[in-house]
Amino acid sequence: MPDDSFDIIVVGGGPGGYVAAIRAAQLGLKTAIIEKESLGGVCLNWGCIPTKTLLRSAEIRHSLERLDEFGISATNIKIDLEKIVARSRAVANQLSNGIKHLMKKNKITVFNAHAKISGKNTLTMNFNDGNKDQIISSPNIILATGARPKELPNIKPDGKNVWTYKHAMLPKKIPSSILIVGSGAIGMEFASFYRDLGTDVTVVELLEQILPAEDRDISDFAAKIFEKEGIKLLVNSQVNTIEIKKNKVHANIESNNGGNIHKVIDHVILAVGIVGNVENLGLENTKVLTENGHIITNEFSSTAETGIYAIGDVTAPPWLAHKASHEAVACVENIAGLKKAHPVEKDSIPACTYCRPQIASIGLTEAAAINLGHKIRIGKFPFSGNGKALSIGETKGLVKTIFDKDTGELLGAHMIGAEVTELIHGFAIAKNLETTETELMQTIFPHPTLSEMIHESVLDAYDQVIHM
Amino acid sequence: MPINILMPALSPTMTEGNVANWLKNEGDSISPGDLLCEIETDKATMEVESVDEGILGKIVIPTGTENVEVNTVIGIILEEGEEASDLGLGKTTEGKKDEHSEKKLNQEKTSIPSELVTTNNNRDDNMVERILASPLAKRMAKQANLDLANISGSGPNGRIVKKDIERAISDNLTLQTLDVTKPEHTDDHDVPVLEYNTPQYQDTKVSNMRKVIASRLQESKQQVPHFYLTIDCEVDELLKTRKELNLLSENYNLSVNDFIIRACAIALRKVPECNASWINGGVYRQYSTIDISVAVSIEDGLITPVIKNADNLGLENISKTISNLAKRAREKPMGLSPEEYQGGSFSISNLGMFGIKEFKAIINPPQAMILAVGEASQRPIVKDGALAVATVMSCSLSVDHRVVDGATAANFLEVLKNLIEEPLTMLL
Repeated sequence: MPDDSFDIIVVGGGPGGYVAAIRAAQLGLKTAIIEKESLGGVCLNWGCIPTKTLLRSAEIRHSLERLDEFGISATNIKIDLEKIVARSRAVANQLSNGIKHLMKKNKITVFNAHAKISGKNTLTMNFNDGNKDQIISSPNIILATGARPKELPNIKPDGKNVWTYKHAMLPKKIPSSILIVGSGAIGMEFASFYRDLGTDVTVVELLEQILPAEDRDISDFAAKIFEKEGIKLLVNSQVNTIEIKKNKVHANIESNNGGNIHKVIDHVILAVGIVGNVENLGLENTKVLTENGHIITNEFSSTAETGIYAIGDVTAPPWLAHKASHEAVACVENIAGLKKAHPVEKDSIPACTYCRPQIASIGLTEAAAINLGHKIRIGKFPFSGNGKALSIGETKGLVKTIFDKDTGELLGAHMIGAEVTELIHGFAIAKNLETTETELMQTIFPHPTLSEMIHESVLDAYDQVIHM
Repeated sequence: MPINILMPALSPTMTEGNVANWLKNEGDSISPGDLLCEIETDKATMEVESVDEGILGKIVIPTGTENVEVNTVIGIILEEGEEASDLGLGKTTEGKKDEHSEKKLNQEKTSIPSELVTTNNNRDDNMVERILASPLAKRMAKQANLDLANISGSGPNGRIVKKDIERAISDNLTLQTLDVTKPEHTDDHDVPVLEYNTPQYQDTKVSNMRKVIASRLQESKQQVPHFYLTIDCEVDELLKTRKELNLLSENYNLSVNDFIIRACAIALRKVPECNASWINGGVYRQYSTIDISVAVSIEDGLITPVIKNADNLGLENISKTISNLAKRAREKPMGLSPEEYQGGSFSISNLGMFGIKEFKAIINPPQAMILAVGEASQRPIVKDGALAVATVMSCSLSVDHRVVDGATAANFLEVLKNLIEEPLTMLL
């Protein structure tokens, strides 16, 4: 095969793109990947990884407040923000290099360029380093170009006072006050991070419930804790106008019931969602369809144009790295004709939020289940009833399970509290294997662990809870 | 010297059986005690154990072969150092009946017909067919009364998952709601059978015994040319004799059926052409003993214990024998061994205790006849031109026309009737 012709070309090197490339290489396909910035995409460089690194520093910072509780005292505690940020950059770089190695190991051709569809099965690459354009072709092109923060007409990020997530993870100094627009996962993670560093945090949410995607019980639980921590939550509200005066932002916040609040803060962080990177790709010359800024695909990530596929954040929600990675595998296996190619099941995608307290969920919320006509059984178990939780001093949290009353199907699981992001996988495995309540009840969970709450929550759904 | 494995006789009256399943493959080494294969007859399946040591050199009669005569060479064991070319001159040794599996079968009170034993030749694992289904799918199927065996799985390794059950349920509903008046335009050549207004139902998997009964009776009805003769017998004398005999001793309690069994035995001795079988291929088999199978109903089915040499047993012996056999037949697990319910050259079935006037039973192949006995009841009869009352019992004989003609069968029934109506003649 000539040098400019490939079995699969992946456009974008994030968790969708690089996983697709690796899987394709494993299946013996000649693969190329085109990335205009750094391998690893947003997730590795400006998303998942750096934020979790930052949040870890915040977590440790917070535990310093409680040293006395655990019989320890310390003086002269200092916070070095530069070092905190530097650490997150170091981890991101390390992982990005790791992806470079994986590409090499799998003999995937890497192009550092911006690609555009320039004909049937053809891409034209424009290089950052000034080299002349190159054309490559493949019968299978996978678009994994990801997404970028959504902007609001009245709130435009300037990198100085109005931040997107990228700016928010590179602070030069700890702001004294911030306003976060949007209470989704990204918004609340930054709220939690900055609050733990001592910043005065206010969150504005258009809807009635913070973390609107989560189960109501979890959101309410979270709201109580956040407010106790001093985070101000303004729900049913939106930012009308902002004005930058003398390096401070003056924000006019209007509540849906008519009230008006005026806030003066150092920075505004925009966290109102994302839009897919569908521009400048040459899609206008193809049959590829988009909706609301995202490419429309079928269960195996095919677009309306034969030979062009799309995965990850550039497609429909949920916009999660693991969803992108699984779409990548399913897409490539389908292209390769593997019988076992398995499309992503939406209800089986866990979602994690790494604020403090952590939140993790999978499947249907209570409201969604009822809306779909299910008769349900609900089980709840609080952290305060769990031995390990008490031992480690993390008593605030909840594990909620939702079952279909007739079939015993696990419809959804929702957790809030310490370490729940590491526990949700149990529910994910169970759901994938199509468990009923019986198998979960019969599973032996080790003691003493937080995971026992999973067991008790299931028992509670069937009036058999032991420790409550 | 190569050793022949022969089709064993699993019971004294067994003449042929099916090689249901070879448990060893050609080339496998055999030790004494190893199970070689499963042999199936119409009522039981037994495993054949090897008494010899060696290598299974050749499977002569493959898995699934039916109607293999007893003593046919079904396989050959090569002793150490022998070559396959030595085959053909094997010395005969009979596989020892596996006593353990015999007992085991009794405890299971069922037998496994060859249709149910999976031929594992092409499978990697030698396990019985296991239906893979997720826990949720299993439960949903149960709730919807769906048989997992009829559903194809779309999950990993063909696992049945939730959406397969959902599809099966909606397919069932679709069948029921399809509008039949509009002809379906279809390019497929399969026209689905449209059912509508199907009544509510519940499916259950039947036991092995029921499966065997079902298959044998279906085979009988389909293969055997039945004809039926009915005769009415006045049993007042018989009832009187029975009463008298029963008063004489506490040691026995004779039933009407005991008399009928005796009468049939004698009648068969007098009309031996009825004590025969049609063997496929145009062979008429005349039995030299009179073994009568008596239908006994047990939980979940029906079994026919055999009274051997019935014509040599008096009423008391007949009574005790059938009583004991019936009692053990009704035990759980069923307490009869295969010899006790296999074989027989003639059958009797009595539904008189249920008030049935008369019925026509289905022949138990390879027997030639079965007598169906109805209720003895007071009926109006004509005696010497005038109306009288007598206790009358209707007996219907189902006959295999390949073995017995009308006239012979009629003769038998006449002889039987005379014996029943004049019970004293049973002493002769």
